[in-house]
Amino acid sequence: MNDASLIWSYLSSQPLLWLTATLAAYWAGDTLFRALGRKSFANPVLIAVVILGAVLWISGTSYQTYFEGAQFVHFMLGPATVCLGLPLYDNLKRVRRAALPVVASLIVGSTVAVVSALLIGRAFGLDDLLLASMAPKSTTAPVAIGIAERLGGQPTLAAVMVLLTGIFGAMIATPLLNALRITDWRARGFSVGVAAHGIGTARAFQVNETAGAFASIGMGLNAVLTAILAPLVLSLF
Amino acid sequence: MIPALTIILCFQLMGEIASRGLHLPLPGPVVGLVLLVCACLASPALAERLRSVVQGLLGHLSLFFVPAGVGVIAHLGILGQHGLGLALALAVSTVLAIAAGALTFAAVSRWTGADDDE
Repeated sequence: MNDASLIWSYLSSQPLLWLTATLAAYWAGDTLFRALGRKSFANPVLIAVVILGAVLWISGTSYQTYFEGAQFVHFMLGPATVCLGLPLYDNLKRVRRAALPVVASLIVGSTVAVVSALLIGRAFGLDDLLLASMAPKSTTAPVAIGIAERLGGQPTLAAVMVLLTGIFGAMIATPLLNALRITDWRARGFSVGVAAHGIGTARAFQVNETAGAFASIGMGLNAVLTAILAPLVLSLF
Repeated sequence: MIPALTIILCFQLMGEIASRGLHLPLPGPVVGLVLLVCACLASPALAERLRSVVQGLLGHLSLFFVPAGVGVIAHLGILGQHGLGLALALAVSTVLAIAAGALTFAAVSRWTGADDDE
């Protein structure tokens, strides 16, 4: 073995390389997102995932090896979720005043998300494992994994459904809500938080502070409601 | 930065203990979020103390989803096999859920006079 391949075999098995690669890919995604005028189709998560996916595929690196480095970034999801409490605290008065629309929108949005996904999935002949993994797709990843496990789904597959839903929701939200002529930032943010959890919430914060705060509330409330709703709906299918 | 980060981690830790100890349907970080709101209500100085670090973390919330997102490549086989059904189920239900949720919010807000004055 020559020096270069020795260095590579050392680095490719250490966390440093894949931690750096994750930050670099996100940096590239975020730069491209800004360069393209912060348009929703240039989602920074999607760009970073495509870059890293290509790098892993070309270098023949397994997801397990990659995750040993990337887990430090992944870990920050927990503290960041706790941090969402601060915008919620800042907007608590406005949330209280909007209690009725919040509850109505939560029930409608959450039910539509679960029922329509299962109806379409069943129509296309998806099996029970896939349906159970898909049912909690609109909730934040750790909650969705817990719900999917209880329903007989597969945890990692559930996480993938959650990610794809979040990226798609974040990309479609702005054009969709503009087409529907919804101008209330509370309604725009809240519905995206309910349907597309943390990635939708991250997108909402990019657009408007109020939308972001209401999105984080939608995400938190839907985590509770889906835990109750998904088993009930799935038992009907 | 370190004091703020320690406080945030302590809330996550308390949330994790409460979630597991009381068998709540919510994961630890979400319980920690609720506890943080309660603590800020009890002591508004806490919110100011955490603000700059929280803004730094939330400014790059998207970054923290990247490692889980790369997990998609580990499931390309099953995704390709059921591609059309999965894609339609995820895409259509997400569009419907956002549209239904936003229209409901706006309509109920109008009916109940809960319009925003800010």
